[in-house]
Amino acid sequence: MNSDKITRIVLLLVSVLILVIAAGMVFSLVDGAIPAFQKFGLKFIFSNNWDPTQGRENYGALPFIAGTLITSVLALLIAFPLSFSTSLFLGEYFKKTRIAKVVSTMVDLLAGIPSIVYGLWGFYTLRPIMIKFGIGDQGFGIFTASLILAIMIIPYATSLSNEIISMVPADLKEAAYSLGATRLEVIATVTVPAARSGIVAGYILAFGRAIGETMAVTMLIGNSNVIPKSIFDTGNSMASLIANQFGEADGLKLSALIAIGLILFILTGIINSIGKFIIKKMS
Amino acid sequence: MKKIMIIILVMATIVSCQSTTKKDSTTNKVSLTAAGATFPMPFYNMVFKMYADKAGTSVTYGGIGSGGGIRSLSDKVIDFGATDAFIEDDKLAEMPAEVVHIPTCMGAVVIAYNLPGVDGLKLSPELLEKIFMGEITRWNDEQIAANNQGITLPAQNITVVYRSDGSGTTQIFSDYMSKISSKWAEKVGAGKSLNWPVGMGAKGNPGVAGTISATTGTIGYIGSEYSFSMKIQTAQIQNKAGNYVEPDIASISAAAQGNIPADTRVMLTNSDHPEAYPISAFTWIILYKEQAYGNRTIEQASATVKLLEWLISPEAQSVAEKVHYAPIPQPTVEKAKAILKSVTYKGEPIL
Repeated sequence: MNSDKITRIVLLLVSVLILVIAAGMVFSLVDGAIPAFQKFGLKFIFSNNWDPTQGRENYGALPFIAGTLITSVLALLIAFPLSFSTSLFLGEYFKKTRIAKVVSTMVDLLAGIPSIVYGLWGFYTLRPIMIKFGIGDQGFGIFTASLILAIMIIPYATSLSNEIISMVPADLKEAAYSLGATRLEVIATVTVPAARSGIVAGYILAFGRAIGETMAVTMLIGNSNVIPKSIFDTGNSMASLIANQFGEADGLKLSALIAIGLILFILTGIINSIGKFIIKKMS
Repeated sequence: MKKIMIIILVMATIVSCQSTTKKDSTTNKVSLTAAGATFPMPFYNMVFKMYADKAGTSVTYGGIGSGGGIRSLSDKVIDFGATDAFIEDDKLAEMPAEVVHIPTCMGAVVIAYNLPGVDGLKLSPELLEKIFMGEITRWNDEQIAANNQGITLPAQNITVVYRSDGSGTTQIFSDYMSKISSKWAEKVGAGKSLNWPVGMGAKGNPGVAGTISATTGTIGYIGSEYSFSMKIQTAQIQNKAGNYVEPDIASISAAAQGNIPADTRVMLTNSDHPEAYPISAFTWIILYKEQAYGNRTIEQASATVKLLEWLISPEAQSVAEKVHYAPIPQPTVEKAKAILKSVTYKGEPIL
């Protein structure tokens, strides 16, 4: 057997293994979720009543789906102006300068901070500021959680878009300049359109990260199992609920938590495919 | 290619050698695996370490929560489990074999609050019901003031903090609430996690304790060992006899002075004893009555039972107080000993 063949077999085996692991996860999620869906049907997704008390158990996932989507979208909205400006700054205006290197290192550093540290910072530093402004119940709530999420996802959105923006061919931009375009016009009509699929990919990645974030959210969102009435209200997210409750869960409740895990998994899948579709359309 | 294969081979041999030597060294001493409640974990960590030095039996204890402890025992992956809430009759029948409960120490759930300058807040069952049901929303409410004459209460909103994770602490608290308030029993009920009328959740005893100590105007319930060691303000609760009682080791022990059933499965909340703190509870270790299951050896079985026998002895119980738990009263210790004597290996009693 030559080394080429061995390499091919090893690579194949490893790829198949990853496929098997992924399929196994989907299988166990579906298998575990069946009792909850059998009991509640589609009402599981649309009911907003989460009552674990024995004798009148009822599980509805809507408050957590809502909490996850609201915090993630809000985080993306807050992060967008910050990270988009930063990536333009790094990839276009101050490309390859010393300050750009410093800023980009700092941004990458943000990505490396563990989420529990974000949670702690949010709990002890951000929350007192929120209390001072009278936002939310004792500073907890959807808005505080979104704010911390926004800071957490900035590096993901920034570094990818900045890379793509700096990769836009110089000829294209020079052509626009030679036609008399100003720098802003070049960015708006050449750089951003040429880089848009990469930029979108960066934000999809960031959104996916916001949806799955657990620890920092659980410390700040307030963990009340109701649909938030406003963005300053307390709520709960899917990942945070699972992390909180699975330790003591059994029977129907465990199945309900696994079902929420499945919904989270499907939601992430849908968002990824939308992202891929947009990227395909744009490029 | 050959080189790589040789390297892999060498590495594999090294790894396999290491694993065999490890096995050799552990067969001399028995090591046990246990998992369950986080509430008694500081006590268990301390006594298990003492026991390892004393008798050579090492215990690995995973604080995964009472529910996790019960599940692990039912899956037969541990030598014994630990739980804050005894297993109910219907769940006990679902276990693969007969399970016995051994009480190991006592704790309480304290009502902690954060109001700077307001010490010794007195709360009656009615006030507890109204605060945790969201009917009283301000600290300077007349009803609280009437119960606490001589104390100036701030004009501030009450924020209720509860456990967001499933917890034996919640079980004990809600069991007490259901006993004192029919409204609570009907609308909220008792359980490890609840559908709370008001407030916000924080994860774990440390999470609730941290939130309360960092935020003024909050009130919540936490395991007594956390409030004792973190020195958080705690309320005096009016017990069944009408006395306002502060949670301490004496008042918690008093709750277990009444009649304890032979299998020790009892909730001690709302005790009749005039000096008892009303939200007190046992915490238990759970194990199979027949110890021969899975691949368990007689050595493991007898090490398990001997460890538990030592755990309820005066030597281990005196440690409980040091880490802010109350020791088990003597009559209950006798009952626990009788239960341990009934534990068997292949039908033969171990002790």
